[in-house]
Amino acid sequence: MKINNVILRTVSKVVVFIILTLAIYLFLSGHHSPGGGFIGGLVMASALVLLFIVYDIETVQKAIPVDFKKIAAFGALLAVGTAFGSIFFDVPFLTQSFAYFDLPFFGKTELTTVTIFEAGVALVVVGVVVTIILSISEDV
Amino acid sequence: MSTLIIAIMVPFIAAAMIPFLYKKIVKLHIGWFAMLVSTILFIYLARFIPSIARGETFAHTINWMPSYGINFAAYLDGLSLILALLITGVGSLVILYSIFYLSSKESLGHFYTYLMLFMGAMLGVVMSDNMMVMYVFWELTSISSFLLIAFWYQRKRSREGAKKSLLITVSGGIAMLVGFIMIYVMTGTWSIREVIAGAGGFASHHLFIPAMLLLLLGAFTKSAQFPFHIWLPDAMEAPTPVSAYLHSATMVKAGIYLVARFTPVFGGEAIWFWLVTGVGLVTLFWGSFHAVRQKDLKALLAYSTVSQLGMIMSMFGMGSAALYFGYSTESVVYTQATFAALFHLVNHSTFKGALFMVIGIVDHEVGTRDIRRLGGLATLMPFTFTIAMIGSFSMAGLPPFNGFLSKEMFFTAALTIHEAGIFSLDAWGTLIPIIAWVASIFTFVYSMIIVFKTFLGPYQEEKLEHPAKEPPVGMLIAPGILALAVVGIFFFPNLLGDYLLTPAMAGIFPSFATEGLGVSIYAWHGFNREIWMTIGVVVAGILLYRFRTYWMGIYKIFDDKWSFNSLYSYVISFMEESSTTFTNSYMTGYLRDYMVYIYLFFIVAIGGTIIYTGTYAFDISGNAPITEFEWILTFVMMIAGISILFAKSRLTAILLNSILGYGVAAFFVLFRAPDLALTQTVVETVTTVLFLVAYYFLPEWQKEDVPRKSRNVNLIISVSVGVIFTVIALAVQNGKLFESISSYFEDSYKLAGGNNIVNSILGDFRALDTMLEVVVLLIAGIGVYTFIRLKAKKEDEHIENQ
Amino acid sequence: METLITILAGVLVTVATYLILSRSLIRVILGTAILSHAAHLLIMTMGGGLKIGSVPILGEGNGTFVDALPQALILTSIVISFAVTAVALVLAYRTYQETGTDKLDELRGMKHE
Repeated sequence: MKINNVILRTVSKVVVFIILTLAIYLFLSGHHSPGGGFIGGLVMASALVLLFIVYDIETVQKAIPVDFKKIAAFGALLAVGTAFGSIFFDVPFLTQSFAYFDLPFFGKTELTTVTIFEAGVALVVVGVVVTIILSISEDV
Repeated sequence: MSTLIIAIMVPFIAAAMIPFLYKKIVKLHIGWFAMLVSTILFIYLARFIPSIARGETFAHTINWMPSYGINFAAYLDGLSLILALLITGVGSLVILYSIFYLSSKESLGHFYTYLMLFMGAMLGVVMSDNMMVMYVFWELTSISSFLLIAFWYQRKRSREGAKKSLLITVSGGIAMLVGFIMIYVMTGTWSIREVIAGAGGFASHHLFIPAMLLLLLGAFTKSAQFPFHIWLPDAMEAPTPVSAYLHSATMVKAGIYLVARFTPVFGGEAIWFWLVTGVGLVTLFWGSFHAVRQKDLKALLAYSTVSQLGMIMSMFGMGSAALYFGYSTESVVYTQATFAALFHLVNHSTFKGALFMVIGIVDHEVGTRDIRRLGGLATLMPFTFTIAMIGSFSMAGLPPFNGFLSKEMFFTAALTIHEAGIFSLDAWGTLIPIIAWVASIFTFVYSMIIVFKTFLGPYQEEKLEHPAKEPPVGMLIAPGILALAVVGIFFFPNLLGDYLLTPAMAGIFPSFATEGLGVSIYAWHGFNREIWMTIGVVVAGILLYRFRTYWMGIYKIFDDKWSFNSLYSYVISFMEESSTTFTNSYMTGYLRDYMVYIYLFFIVAIGGTIIYTGTYAFDISGNAPITEFEWILTFVMMIAGISILFAKSRLTAILLNSILGYGVAAFFVLFRAPDLALTQTVVETVTTVLFLVAYYFLPEWQKEDVPRKSRNVNLIISVSVGVIFTVIALAVQNGKLFESISSYFEDSYKLAGGNNIVNSILGDFRALDTMLEVVVLLIAGIGVYTFIRLKAKKEDEHIENQ
Repeated sequence: METLITILAGVLVTVATYLILSRSLIRVILGTAILSHAAHLLIMTMGGGLKIGSVPILGEGNGTFVDALPQALILTSIVISFAVTAVALVLAYRTYQETGTDKLDELRGMKHE
């Protein structure tokens, strides 16, 4: 699919980065305000889908040379791995933990294993959504 | 003695190892490994003989489901030991024989896996004390037998024989299971020992007779008793070692074992006595009568096995009469029948095992088992001939072979019982010795056929596939050992009697003093009625054999059309046809029809329940207020939803669906669910893209051109589903039965360190759901990718259609 | 409000059922998508009262929150139903590619008497 629309192209060049920033913001803020792994992943995926629609697939894949299937698999590994990781600390399966640290520049920050888990979720969502859309549109 | 349980498990472990060993070890025949396992087990079990002979028993239990009383309980007494020794002993010999019998081109890995599976299951049957566990092993023997009969699954007859044996034995097994459950209901225990200990205490229970009948059904099907014997001749499609092992020496003895094991519980009842004795005698006669007409040597042996099993069964029946009298010096005389049964059980395994192997050798060397084509092999295969003669003469009941001893004891038992004067034996008892005698004549005749038609007479090489010659020595070892046992037991019967049979008697008659149960076996006991009966058998048998051609015509009466076999085939084909017709009548292959069934069930079951119980409630008092905007949104969504049904193009339909999606997102905003609103918006966008991309490839959206009638049906169904859905939802909202658990999650900052409650639920409280959801998502992604990328190529399709 | 939403969900279920009963595969898939919308609305009404309390984020509002549990359930459901729709669409697409039809009564795969 190739759409030759100058306005759309110009706009989306800018907009994609705004969406991606929003995605990362949503992902990181999920713990305390609306957002989280799912939404972050979906927004990121929709940014990529926008790119695929505006430019053709070959161009985008040249610019972002990643295999999205592997990203999805890695995400699942991360999520399931976090779950199993808790076993090694002798706590029940999937136990999450959190603690507060004083980091330079950020100040008092909460670090939690949920973030790793959510990162896995986000990666799966991005990987799967992009894989699905790409598979269908590539198959002509 | 925890090693008992290990002994049961060893064959299973071996069965699991064989496929790997078979791949790794190419040079050595895998049978040697199986034989090693079975020989070690035999030696291990043989070490119990002295202590069992002293009257000890061994038991060990591993708890499995203690709350249900179902535990892995192994128990070894005299009765179990006899069968366990037969299983491992004959097993070793059969495996040795099979090493030379089966060519290395066969899938030996499968064969020995199944064989080991069977050995373990069979050991489990005879050594289990728990009825539930025993049932599991019992069915496992049926399954392994099925696999072994169908070993040459390329042949249609093998498959059919396997199916038949499985159907009959497994249905009997299920009857037995029901019987076991009834016994459990009566006694409250699964342990056979405890049931026996409490025997007599529940004889008046109304389940007593049904339990007995069901148990006997299991035993009769397994031991191929009339009229369930039809599976055994068909099971002869199995490789000969399997026939020798499963279908003559061990598996078919499981039913006999069951009868013997439960004799202390049910013995002494008239029904038990007449059923076991009667069915046994009918089987004895029917089997021997039909064995004579067989042209295939293996079929002949199959019928002969049926007949011999009937004989053992009938002796157990006669012996059970002793329990009616209770223990006294007079009643002990009836237990001799049981002793003879056990004795013949062992004897039969030796001579029939040898005979099967001999027939296997003949088949293997000359390529046919048809007695019309065989003859004159005696000079060419002298060793085989000798073994065949020993086996056949023992089966015919001639001295100096062990069959003579047990047949004499059988006559004694038949003569004793008909004078017992119980169970209305005065009226019918005379029949017992008569049937026994007549059946023995036929037994004599078919035993002669095996020897004379195969090994004597003219040698017709042109009718054989290969010229006759002696088989490799290895094939002769196993039948040779069995033939030696046949002769050995004749000369030293009391060795067997004292060390194995007498202890087994103690298990069958626990209430009797052990000293009275032992019987000294004598080869010669003067000119009494038994010896005259034997002489009569020989004379009549020789006459019948000589003038066979004159009376074979009576078999025409027993036309194949009216046999149990054709009844079986008729029932099976009728059931297959009618179930196919019935299934085809509603399994149309059209998705709509299936959905109609589901929805109709939903409407009738749920709607009916609501109307029947009157649980619909409707109350709007607790509702939140509705603003104007919400009214508008609701109506927009309703209109959008309904217009989808009338959409003219696919683009309209997709956009209307998007309106619904974004409308839901708007509601999420109104209901203060920011996470949901965000997610729904993005997902709806992606879904719309997905629909657009997919519809780009899909055919044009067409108007529904279904008949008006089915359209009306669809409409009625959908409206009813929608109404019932709404009614239930409203009823549920108005009938909150318990407090919501949601307040727990409001502690999320303390418990999970997050301010966003929804996110804390997803990431921490219910993280398992999320984790699995992620996995589902990944699977969906892989699924989509695979659908598109992996298309069947033309040559792949070819393979599939084969 | 709850009653209104329930009735809306009921209407959507009716539409979805009608679509699922139709002959064309793409209509069936659209039907399942609408069915999941209806289910989400239904789950929403099953919580502890709509619009009572503030958004379920601690520190917002005056201390009472709307029920967070249905929201978490729906969030899971949204993503799953997306995956299901995607698989169903691709299945329909591949079926059409292989067989040249999307009519379910032509796709029986066996001869029917």
